[in-house]
Amino acid sequence: MAGMLDGKAALITGAGNGIGRATALLFAQEGARVAAADLNLEGAEETAAMIREAGGEAVALAVEVVEAEQVEAMLDAAVEAFGRIDCAFNNAGIGPANIDHYARRTHEWTEEGFDRMIAVDLKGVWLCMKGEIERMKADGGGGTIVNTSSVAGLLGLPGGCGYVAAKHAVSGLTRTAGIEYASDGIRVNAVCPGYITTDMTRMARARRGNELMNRVPARRMGEAQEIAEMVCWLCSDRSSYVTGATYNVDGGYVAS
Amino acid sequence: MAGMLAGKAALITGGANGIGRATALLFAEEGARVAAADLNLEGAEETAAMIREAGGEAIALSVEVSDAGQVEAMVEATVEAFGRIDCAFNNAGIAPINVGNNAKRTHSWSEEGFDRMIEVNLKGVWLCMKSEITRMLETGGGAIVNTSSIAGLAGLPTSSGYVAAKHGVSGLTRTAGIEYATDNIRVNAVCPGFIATDMTREVMSRRGNELMALVPARRMGEAREIAEMVCWLCSDRSGFVTGATYNVDGGYMAS
Repeated sequence: MAGMLDGKAALITGAGNGIGRATALLFAQEGARVAAADLNLEGAEETAAMIREAGGEAVALAVEVVEAEQVEAMLDAAVEAFGRIDCAFNNAGIGPANIDHYARRTHEWTEEGFDRMIAVDLKGVWLCMKGEIERMKADGGGGTIVNTSSVAGLLGLPGGCGYVAAKHAVSGLTRTAGIEYASDGIRVNAVCPGYITTDMTRMARARRGNELMNRVPARRMGEAQEIAEMVCWLCSDRSSYVTGATYNVDGGYVAS
Repeated sequence: MAGMLAGKAALITGGANGIGRATALLFAEEGARVAAADLNLEGAEETAAMIREAGGEAIALSVEVSDAGQVEAMVEATVEAFGRIDCAFNNAGIAPINVGNNAKRTHSWSEEGFDRMIEVNLKGVWLCMKSEITRMLETGGGAIVNTSSIAGLAGLPTSSGYVAAKHGVSGLTRTAGIEYATDNIRVNAVCPGFIATDMTREVMSRRGNELMALVPARRMGEAREIAEMVCWLCSDRSGFVTGATYNVDGGYMAS
């Protein structure tokens, strides 16, 4: 049986570690050529090297997703490498801990922190979508886009103010673009991870691990690979009637 | 690469046509042994024959899902045939037209029609879940997928009993998803939009253009496109997914 993404060209942001890296590796395993982009070029290079060592095809790219020009350059480089972009996974993002806002309630967030969160987690996704959709429309072949939203893109999350706002907005962007391009052969969906074992959740796990797991019916963290599986399915032709969807992968968190 | 469901034993209700049959065929293609159950035994036999002709393993079972005794017998027969149930797709269901309440707003539904709708589309799913979960707890786990609907997530004019039943299925799914999350039993629902099956034929002939204007993809889905989601949800690839209600609808819910 052929791989789920045989012959497809994929771009993944935030591919230097965590969910992005796991997805890059799975995509390659399923037959895609992968452009692994990250602010941390070294991490992206590592991901690309892992793919090549396993016999796959990959390039690494540096990108700060809040910079329109850098996003454009990243997209051009991906197209130059593979001729087109069939699948885009807009996954680069930061958590409150990355901007020193861990567990701050809404009135305790700084304006700088709020702005930075919205810039990376929301505007960064929009900039990537914009450039990807332009290219997918231009070459007429369509494509699939998956954004990383979050359970925080579906529900409130105490201490997550700016993060929740940005991720809810990503859910909104996804639904809107899903509708807008449905008849252009471009599908746009989001995966909404629950608590996943990655760098982003390290501080939360260390400080409130037991408390958090009590809120997860499965009583465990998810693995990055378990998110990657959903992204892979959504990028494949198997999900041809799915667009504008925001799918939680969360061990039952949103159901409870 | 092995099939997504290689080695698994599956039970599918409503397996005689539409989404149930498409799922039975895909499951078999992906390596599962399939028990195809339906009120219409002849249709279920046809589905099983199609699977066997393609080299797969299948049996056909007769079931009225609103009858607890028949549901128990169906689950017993599946376990007898395959030794266990790894995947169950509770998909049997009826539409308003099947209970004489076609195109009727809430106040115009008959009580008999309402009761029958709830009995089949809600209680039938619960009875199946109850028997399946009981077996899965004994055998160490499994994956259950229920057929909810976009009508299990949003209102849908002139479908009140159907919408109530499907919302009920979404609720059952979320509750059981939580309850059995640590028992290695995952419970999820697929929420189809407008799919080209017998169930939608009448409404599409009457209001096709109007309904397609509500679907961003501007087309009906194929039964196979729902089957793909059910297959993924029943596979080990969705190990961290439980209590989820996934719409597969060409963008309907987003708009």
